[in-house]
Amino acid sequence: MIWDKEHECMSRSALERLQLERLKETAARVYDRVPFYRRKMDEAGVRPSDIHVLSDVRKLPFTVKDDMRANYPYGLLAVPIREAVRIHTSSGTTGKPIVVYYTRNDLDTWAELCARFITAAGVTSDDVAQVAFGYGLFTGGFGLHYGLERVGALVVPASAGNTERHLALMQDFGTTALVCTPSYGLHLGEAVNEAGIRDRIKLRRGLFGAEPWTDKMRAEIEQKLGISATDNYGLSEVIGPGVSGECEEFKNGMHISEDHFLVEIVDPDTLEPLDYGKQGELVITTLTKEAVPLLRYRTHDITRLNPEPCGCGRTATRMEKVQGRTDDMLIVRGVNIFPSQVESALLEIEGTEPHYMLVLYKEGVMDALEIWVEVSERIFSDEMKQLRELEETIKDRLQSVLGLSIKLKLVEPRTIARSEGKAKRVMDLREKT
Amino acid sequence: MKVKQLSIFVENQSGQLAEVTGALGNEGVNIRALSLADTAGFGILRLIVNDIAKAHKVLRSKRFTASETNVIAVEVPDRPGGLASILQALGDKDINIEYMYAFVEKSSANAVVIFRIENIDQAIEALQAKGIRILSAKEVYSL
Repeated sequence: MIWDKEHECMSRSALERLQLERLKETAARVYDRVPFYRRKMDEAGVRPSDIHVLSDVRKLPFTVKDDMRANYPYGLLAVPIREAVRIHTSSGTTGKPIVVYYTRNDLDTWAELCARFITAAGVTSDDVAQVAFGYGLFTGGFGLHYGLERVGALVVPASAGNTERHLALMQDFGTTALVCTPSYGLHLGEAVNEAGIRDRIKLRRGLFGAEPWTDKMRAEIEQKLGISATDNYGLSEVIGPGVSGECEEFKNGMHISEDHFLVEIVDPDTLEPLDYGKQGELVITTLTKEAVPLLRYRTHDITRLNPEPCGCGRTATRMEKVQGRTDDMLIVRGVNIFPSQVESALLEIEGTEPHYMLVLYKEGVMDALEIWVEVSERIFSDEMKQLRELEETIKDRLQSVLGLSIKLKLVEPRTIARSEGKAKRVMDLREKT
Repeated sequence: MKVKQLSIFVENQSGQLAEVTGALGNEGVNIRALSLADTAGFGILRLIVNDIAKAHKVLRSKRFTASETNVIAVEVPDRPGGLASILQALGDKDINIEYMYAFVEKSSANAVVIFRIENIDQAIEALQAKGIRILSAKEVYSL
């Protein structure tokens, strides 16, 4: 099923006409109303009237997270405060949070965009949907909540945390759709099996977002919970969830709501645009946001774009699963590595659960990388010989995937904290040691 | 004839064993026999307890990784060459021992050896053919 056939299945030419019209309007509006953008555009020597074709978006300056911090709290607002009706923030790990505002129209758009990917994921008004994202300043909970209501699903706003209660609610209400981060989905999958209640839950679908994850992790979650799992993407700065999502039929890239977001892929180092199919950093210009429009926002998310229409009937450009974040990238002895590489490698080794931690520290002047891998009941053997073999296998695989030597430590499940929000996968102690 | 043993993965750092045994003690689980195999980084603690189901549950709730394995408990005659005669009986049939550990039975003061053997049924047959006494699970749990 398709939620908004008119917009999701638009012809390329009609879509591009709409995008151009909205881009011109957005550029004119921010130039008029947001001093920050006017200054940046003046510095770049570009006027809203210089935009004639879609590729003219490249004339516009980039916006980065630090711009949002520097303009905290009201600097980027393009409407009078009385027109804004909602605030969300994105918790920064350093410094001030990033704040975004929504007008009534923005909230309506947001619910529509969430309804699109929720429908694409196969959820309908027949579903009982349990939201395990946090409700509050984080965009995850509210975004999905309003989108699910718009679709007509019965929403269980359980919020994040309290696994026991999630399991109880699932059984009591016969929850059919689960909404959370992939790492929490996996955690719930384990909890369901440990509690031996697999046959007492009715879950059929899982909608996962807010964290990069791999297809192998998807298979793991699907197997543990007996569901069909889809990925969806968004970020607080841009709107929250609702930028793009997979269709259940193909699960081959996330359909971007291009009538609302103009996307580009750039080389994160040179900022030069990259062609379709090339991996790089996703850059988003909002086309309809009223309260906080963004010009060429650098997401730091690494992905690639596929312009081919999907077999499901949607015509929008698809983005592949986010491979990592440019700011998650770790440089260890000059080698670039992503935690997601470790995750894929661990999943490839049969039976290894993707609970792991990368610990970086200094050994003399050299960087050392220690990877902690949790020993689950499934891979645990009470014979030393087999555990030693497992240790060697994991170490060899990780070293060949990452291209550098590591130390491997098998750890108890208690050692790596389970996250109920975004998983913490890296402990970098290099500054302190 | 088979006895259930609980094996627990423990990281090699101070306090870990105290934590495992403490958790079991608090729940009234009694340890009958134990052995520890270790490397620089981690160890495998093997326990025979009076109530394995409860022990496993307690450890699981404390988020330890544990598994249950079948082993056999063999009584060793209290005389020189007692153990050798048992090993000979297994060796004659080409039965390979994965690991073993011993403790002393309270009632008879005889030694009891726990064997982990891949082909456990074959081992039981070989030992019984030589008249070697294998303790029942009930006897072992209540030692």
